[in-house]
Amino acid sequence: MPTKLFLLLLLAAFSVQTQAKEAPADNYKAYCVQCHGSEGTGKGVNTRDMSVVPRDHTDAKSMSGRSDETLFKAIKEGGPSIEKSILMPPWGATLSDEEINDLVQHLRMLCKCKFG
Amino acid sequence: MKRIILVALLGFSGAVLAEGGKLQGSCSACHNIKGPATQTLKAAFEKKGPDLFYAGNKYRPEWLVSWLQKPSRIRPAGMYYGGHIKSGAKGDEIDISTLSDHIALSKADATSVTAELMKMKPHDDLIAKEKVESGTISKQMGEMAFTKFLGCMACHLIEPEYGGLSGPELYTAAKRLQPQYMASFIRSPQAWEPKSMMPNKNLSEVNIQKMIHYLETLSKEVANAN
Repeated sequence: MPTKLFLLLLLAAFSVQTQAKEAPADNYKAYCVQCHGSEGTGKGVNTRDMSVVPRDHTDAKSMSGRSDETLFKAIKEGGPSIEKSILMPPWGATLSDEEINDLVQHLRMLCKCKFG
Repeated sequence: MKRIILVALLGFSGAVLAEGGKLQGSCSACHNIKGPATQTLKAAFEKKGPDLFYAGNKYRPEWLVSWLQKPSRIRPAGMYYGGHIKSGAKGDEIDISTLSDHIALSKADATSVTAELMKMKPHDDLIAKEKVESGTISKQMGEMAFTKFLGCMACHLIEPEYGGLSGPELYTAAKRLQPQYMASFIRSPQAWEPKSMMPNKNLSEVNIQKMIHYLETLSKEVANAN
């Protein structure tokens, strides 16, 4: 009996560990910076040959024109889902909805802006 | 007679130690050779080289033998690009001073290490799910799909001077990688590496096949020889 309990606890600990959510700053560093740049200004290491330049996340004027729902959709389903570039891929298989919501708030921090 | 057997035995165990030893020793300093795959970003940021614990499911052995003797850079910005960029006049650029070269092995070592690597096949199940049809696509049509319709060029080079820099170059991909691995990884990078920098772009079966044929076309270009 104690063995079973131990196994159950072990399983619980393991599943929590594999599903642990990442901090928004780390997700931004891992997936966004390659195109949107280390400063978030849209000047990432990948941009040299791009036909469309990535969004400047520090641009309050353009970022305030997008609702949190639109930003969420762009991250989860990719650029074409909001009629933007195919170069922005969907991150829905990489990030949980909760992590994407956190990223949207991270973007609001970068632009120092709200929708509207 | 006894002496011959003893010598043969010693020689054999020496060879086994040397092969296993190289993987356990110098290779494991930069590569994950035992699994499981990286589960956190903090660990992913620290990676120095690709995971090798599924090397037998991933690489073409003839390419491994040749590359290990004469290694060249496959990831222009290193394993995790974030550790190898600096601010430049036009934005982020690669800081070459932070990148290090892969060690070159002798032919004998490259052959024995490859033999060990090819035994590592924990993902036969993922490979068995894939069927790559033989087929061709013109370079022009493939490039249009790759760049304009699917957006893969954002992160990958398709010739030494064209494309994105954060991912591995793809102009030699079909020489390096087994076709079923390419299909499986494009279908779900997270099935192989939960913290992969590559997104799952939900490609249709037709597009997956098309991209593999395109990568095969690219690898045959003389200008892309590596």
